[in-house]
Formats: sequence, structure tokens, C-alpha cells
Amino acid sequence: MRYIPKSPEERETMLRAVGCDSIDQLFESIPSALRLGRELRLDRGRSEPEILRYFEERAAENAGDFACFVGAGAYDHFRPSVVDAMISRSEFYTAYTPYQPEISQGTLQAIFEFQTLMCQLTGMDVANASLYDGSTALPEAVMMAVRANGRRRVLLARSIHPEYRQVLNTYLQHQNIALDEIPWGNSGQADHAELQARVGSDVSAVVLQSPNFFGVVEDVAAATKIAHAAGALLVVMITEPVSLGILHPPAEADIVAGEGQSLGVPLSFGGPYVGFVATREKYIRSMPGRLVGQTTDSRGERSFCLTLATREQHIRREKATSNICTNQALCALMVTVYLSVYGKKGFRELALQNVAKTQYAQKKFLKAGASLRFSGPHFNEFIVRGEGSRGLDAKLRQERIIGGLDLGRFYPELEGDRLFCFTETASREKIDKLVEVYAAHELTVHAAQQQRS
Amino acid sequence: MADHIKKARPHVNQNEDLIFERSSAGKCAYQLPPLDVPPADTGALGGFTRDEIPGFPEVSEMEIVRHFTRLSTWNYGVDTGAYLLGSCTMKYNPKINELVARLKGIANVHPYQPQEASQGCLKVLKLLSESLLEITGMDAITLQPAAGAHGEMTALLMVHAYLASQGNPRHKVLIPDSAHGTNAASAAMAGYKTLNLPSNSEGMVDLATLERLMDDDVAALMLTNPNTLGIFEERIAEIARIVHARGGLVYMDGANMNALVGVSRPGDFGVDVLHLNLHKTFSTPHGGGGPGAGPVAVRKQLEPFLPIPTLIEKPDGSLALDYDRPASIGRVRAFYGNFGVLVRALAYILANGAEGLRESTEEAVLNSVYVRKNLEDSYELPYKRPALHECVFSDKRQAQHGVHTGDIAKRLIDYGFHPYTVSFPLIVPGALMIEPTESESKQELDLLIDALRSIAREAEQEPETVLHAPHTTRIARVDEVQAARRPILRWKPEPRT
Repeated sequence: MRYIPKSPEERETMLRAVGCDSIDQLFESIPSALRLGRELRLDRGRSEPEILRYFEERAAENAGDFACFVGAGAYDHFRPSVVDAMISRSEFYTAYTPYQPEISQGTLQAIFEFQTLMCQLTGMDVANASLYDGSTALPEAVMMAVRANGRRRVLLARSIHPEYRQVLNTYLQHQNIALDEIPWGNSGQADHAELQARVGSDVSAVVLQSPNFFGVVEDVAAATKIAHAAGALLVVMITEPVSLGILHPPAEADIVAGEGQSLGVPLSFGGPYVGFVATREKYIRSMPGRLVGQTTDSRGERSFCLTLATREQHIRREKATSNICTNQALCALMVTVYLSVYGKKGFRELALQNVAKTQYAQKKFLKAGASLRFSGPHFNEFIVRGEGSRGLDAKLRQERIIGGLDLGRFYPELEGDRLFCFTETASREKIDKLVEVYAAHELTVHAAQQQRS
Repeated sequence: MADHIKKARPHVNQNEDLIFERSSAGKCAYQLPPLDVPPADTGALGGFTRDEIPGFPEVSEMEIVRHFTRLSTWNYGVDTGAYLLGSCTMKYNPKINELVARLKGIANVHPYQPQEASQGCLKVLKLLSESLLEITGMDAITLQPAAGAHGEMTALLMVHAYLASQGNPRHKVLIPDSAHGTNAASAAMAGYKTLNLPSNSEGMVDLATLERLMDDDVAALMLTNPNTLGIFEERIAEIARIVHARGGLVYMDGANMNALVGVSRPGDFGVDVLHLNLHKTFSTPHGGGGPGAGPVAVRKQLEPFLPIPTLIEKPDGSLALDYDRPASIGRVRAFYGNFGVLVRALAYILANGAEGLRESTEEAVLNSVYVRKNLEDSYELPYKRPALHECVFSDKRQAQHGVHTGDIAKRLIDYGFHPYTVSFPLIVPGALMIEPTESESKQELDLLIDALRSIAREAEQEPETVLHAPHTTRIARVDEVQAARRPILRWKPEPRT
């Protein structure tokens, strides 16, 4: 096997040195009845060209070079070449969790920079070293809120990513925490009158996503006032952090949970991505996940190390703030490089391009006779009302377009409506083509319906 | 530099500030294509806008590249040298894995692309699932959990759901005192109380104690096999019988699967549910602390409880994701798992094939046994039973001179190695837990053995050298107490005077 760095003679020498005649002897502590006694039923080992061919064939079976107008928690942004070049430094990607700070300062400083960037983006005081992804950051943030104030009911906007809400349900099923939904209003924002009516002294936290699953920007400050008046915390979920290049940060909130995929992490069919939790100073010790702190070495030089580990599972075991034992360091590094590339000016310009493309697409759809579901402010996603989109995907595929998510799978009340996303990668030409195919399709659907009635 | 240090010598590396400190107004590293649509109307954003973000970096491309390249040189990776962390399986991360994970059509596939346009991805999931089932001898699998601890939680939720379907989910989970800390934390997240199972004098599960503690309120035994001493629980079949006789399930923490692949299968020794760590056993890079992947494999009776979605084959032969599973524990994360990690693990399995996987296991065990044999004279071996892929010493002899495992670890850095796991498992006071993996050559292992013997001599003859190590790193020993006492968790601009 080409990954094993040993000659047959070295192997023999080592076997003799440990007093064995055969390799099998090394496994004598496994009762023979429990040993496999045959080769695994897998193919022979493959060469590099064969492995490459296998994956190229699989890649060709996916729609890989299509224009992608779907977002919904995973966003198609351009990844500057510097990102992959830097994370391909194998001292980064072949290292372990930085338990030995003297030979891990690279990872540690990069995470410290990541934590700083997340604070700057969100307007929070502290951020952790990252979590698995946004969907698991949400339950971590909710459980953190419950730890912080001891209340056990949580109000959740129905416009939070449906899969995230499913994950939250899974995490909380044995935690004795009650979940209650807040509906959306005509603007697409959470209905604040409903929020006001449901919030009470038993509510630990109110959770919103902004921009929400429909791309609508929430009024975080107003929701925070309502939550705080009842003594509840406000948790804000961010799934499209590019929005924070132009949108007001959720600085009024108490906890911000996020998904960082947009910031330089490949779509990769849904993972690996990178979640995070940021919060106010006073909640640091309730935080889940790894934290990197600045300190000095014995010569007084600035250095970094993992810190506040007394919250964590390897010390606290069953009383830990979370069972998480890692962060997503390499994805967090992608985010750090990505934000360094765009920087102060570029990140704003990037966000504005997303808004410009989205507003253009909205106008095109309206002009073609389509109607938009919600009237509130949108960032880079919006819903087009539809009569039923069966057959549309196939037509779009002919034009090499992946277009819109039919919301019926998550919201029966929105069956046939489509959620579209337009990032800076959307070209005017493809947007025009999308709207043209969409409009033609809707026309045929209408015609068919009228014929039936 | 002492001339008995053969592997390493000091070299110059560059200083580097924080990226924020390199910043000056007007520098940039980006250029967006010109906008082909009218500019954004920020008035339509409902007043929810912000200005430029204060303190955000303004740096050039060259500076970014130097910045992160310099930081990288302050790290130690598997590509630098032997990475001895026990229970972490720091094996070689093949380069072809990185190449295939970045292919167009793999790296840029949107998770909500129509399933007909994602068949290639689904086929990757299918082949990996089938391979892992053959390797573990189990019946069904989910590839979704993002890491080992996430897999543990997923598995225990399934245990809970299964037992509830049998009439009683029970309240307790038995965990040996040698287990990973995540086991207990994950059990708590699934609503279970944990019960400590003390090991016997040989570091193994004590059957009499297990008999006594295993009652009708214990949902599962969480067992690591081989355990964290690297010792195979040779009475695993009896252990499983005891647990099953009282209606409980056997959960296996698969952190140490690198000792078993191709040699012995959990499905053949009574395990009902286990998680794997693809970033350990199946060579996907640790990335400085993630991402990983922690698939969970189960026996038939637990299959209905797998998280949604599961992978199915339709009558026309195409693959699809199935969400209609009423008994499922629900969804454990968005989308379908850490697909990019799964791709790399499959590339590793393809490269090895059946024979290569078995050979890797054999070499991993040989390397550990070789290291153990050669260090027995210098370090205390608290548990003498034959071990497999890792070996655990204690600092008992060195402690007489005031030198502890943490000090030996720091000194090992001077010799050019990444230290072993320090002070774990907890049943060995002052533990040195060494897992060389199959990726180390005889030359590298001989240098390691020399280094650890030399440090043992230093501990006797010049303990101060060890106590103040490392001496050759760019920074000296880090003050971790200060970091926790006065937490500084982010950079802030210097206040203007």
C-alpha cells in the first residue's frame, strides 16, 4: 500500500524486535472467534488515475457548472483564489486541535482573528472558535439562553430555516424545553403583535433569523425591546452573513448564532460548513464550544491558547455547556482569509452587489407578471408566488440553470411558491433567461388550468 | 542545540502581527467585476443599513498571503512529522483526497439542487455507506453527524427512541472510567444520567461490577474497544451478553477503529450501535480542529430511528433522499452531512481496497507495539496486557525527579515531535498516551524512541532542562492560567489618545 512507509525488510526487523513471528500474533488479544478471518468484501486498492476518474464521473452526474439561483441556507458566492491557497498549507490542514500552543500558534492566532471578525460583523463582544454549522449553532444558542436565565420556554419565528428548526427539535427532545412558534406577517417579518401576545415571564428567549428564510430583513431592535420587556433574551440567527456587509448588525440582541458558509466555504452539497455563536461579555461562561484567548509566554511575548476550558466536556463531562469537542477550524480559516481579502471596503461593495442583482431580478419578475409574496425589505432572496412549479426544474435545466426552491416541501401554505437567491455571481443574462423560462412556464400552467375549469 | 537531538534543528521564522494590525486605510485585495445591473437602492432596505465595519482589515493580497503563510509555519502538522496524539489517529492525509474534494461538480454542488441533478453526490454517499457497513459488520448507517461527539449524541437519541418503542427508554447509561469525556456529555444531551463503571486492575471492564450495575434502568453501555489503553476487551462477547440479557444496548465509541479495520468487526462481537470518526480512521484531515465526520452505524432493529433523510434506491435505479420516516429521531443537522469530508474518506477507502485497509491496521499495531517494547525500560507501563494501536505509559519514574507528563511532552517538542496525549486516560495518573499510526516509518519511530529515552535521562540528570521546555520554539511555555483569569478573546483597536 503506497501510504505505508516501510520496506518488507524493515517490517520483518520490527516484528522480530517485538518478539513476533507473524503479524497475526499482534492480534492474539482478540479472541480468534471474533476475528474476521477473511478479507473485507471491498475492491482492490485503486491507483490515483482510477480514483480521479471515479470522482470525475460522479461530478459529471451532478449539475456542476449551472447558474445557481437557490440559497436557503447555502449560498453561491465567488471564492477568491487566495482562500484555497492558504488553507492548503498543510501545516494548517494536517494539524490537530491546538492543545500544544507552543507549536500551534498559527492555528490559534487565526482563530483569534476569526473570533474578532465575528464580533465586528455581529456587533457582539465575544465569539467562539466556531461550531459544526448554523443548524447546530441554533440549539447550542438556545440551550445557552436557557442556562443563562433558567427559564424553559422558547419562542421561535416560523421564518427560521425549516431544517434548523427540525434540528432544534431533535436536540431539545429530552431537555424539557418548550418551543412555541411566532408566525410571520404580510411584510414577511415576524409578527410583532403575535410576539407581544405570546412572550411572558416564563420565556427564556425569542429567536429570529435575519434575513429570515424568505430573505426578509427583521426588525431586530424592535423585537429585542419586546423580549427584554418580558425579561427574555433575544437570539438572532444569521444564515447569510454577507448581508452584514450592508445591514445593521444585530447588536441589540443577546446571542447571535450563525452559519459562515457564505464567507468562503464551498457549497459542497451541504457541508462541511462553519457555525458560530457570539454574545455579550456577561454570558461568556455559558458559551458552548472552544475559545482562544490572548496571553503571554514565559518570556512575556504575546501568544494565544485555548482557554476557559472549564466549560467543556473533557473537564466537566456530563455537566459541560455542550458535548462539542472540536470547532471547524479549517472552515473558520476560510472565513478569516475571505474576510481579509474583501476587507472593509470590499465586503460592503460585495453586499451591495448582492442587493443590486436581487433588486434587478425582482423588477424582472414583476415586469413578467409575477407577484412577490412579501413586502418587507429583502437582502438577496425573495419569494415569487407560483401556481405550481412542476416541470419548471426540467425546463431550467435545459438552460443550465438551477432555479428556485419550491417551498411546499417545508411550508404547505406556500406550496408552489419559489424562493430565489441572487448573489454577486448572478449575471444579468442568466437572470433574464431565468425569468423568461419561468414566465413561459407559468403561462402554460395557467392556460392548462383555465382549460380544465 | 544539543547534538543528541537528531530530528530537529532551529530555523528562522518570521514575526507577524494580527491581520488587523497590518491594516491601513485604502489598501485592498479584492476587485469585483463591474456591475451589469443598476446599482443597489439602499433605500429599499427599510433603514436597516450600516456603514463600513469599524476595524475590519484593509490589507493587500501579498500581505494576506504572507500573513497566513507565516502563521502556518508556526504550526506542526502530520506533514511536518510524527503526531503522537493517542486516540486521535493522526495518520497521513493523502493528497488525492484533497484534489477530488475540490473538483468542479463536487465542491460546488448546492444541497438543494434537484435530486436528479445530484446523482453523483448520492452515489458517493451510497458507496461510502456500503463500504463502512462491510468494514463494521453493521446493518444500516447515517453519514450525517459532523463529528464524533455529534455521532454519540445521534446514537444515544436512537437508543432512547428504540427503547421507548419497546416500552421504556430507561434513565441511565453506563460509562467506563477510561472513556472519553464526550461520552458523558453526549449522554446528558440525550437525557440520560451517567453511571461510572470502574475498570479492573488490568484496565478492562470488570464483569462482576458490570453484572452488579447493569439493571433494568440502564439503557446502554458506552464502550470504547479497544479501550483508551489500546487493550481489546477480550470478553466483549460476555459483556454484550450481560447487557443484552437486561434489555440494554451496547454502544461502541469507534475512536479506536484504526486497530480493527479488516481484522475484527464490531457487528460480529455484539455491538448494537457505534460511531466512526472519519477524520481518524479514514484519513480525512483534522484541519486544526475540524471539520470531521462521525457516521453512526446500527443493527437492523435500530434502523427505523436513523435521522432523516436516509438514502434510498428508487425502482428505476436512481437514488433519492427519504424524509418520510415516522420513527426517526428527526434531523441532527441541516442538509446531509459533511459531504466534503465523506468524499475524502471514500477516496481513502478506494485507494486502500480491502488489502490496504487490513495492512494499515496491521502496521498501526506493529508501530505501537514496537514503540512500547522499546520504551518499557525507560517509562512505567501501568497496564501490562498486550495492547493494539496505542500504548499508555505513566510518568511515575520521572515524577520522582519532579518531572511530569506535561513537561516530557513539552520537551518532546524540542526533539522535533508533536507530543502524545497528556494525562489521558484518567485511570492512569500522569499518562503518556502514544498512537503512532501506520503512517510512521521505522526511521521516524527510532528517532522518537531515542528522543523519549533521552528525555528520561534528562529527567534524572538535568530535570531543569525538561521542566522549562520547550526551548527551541518561537514562543516559550504559554501562561494558560493568565489566559483564563483575564480573558482577552478578541482584538480591539488601541484607544486614540
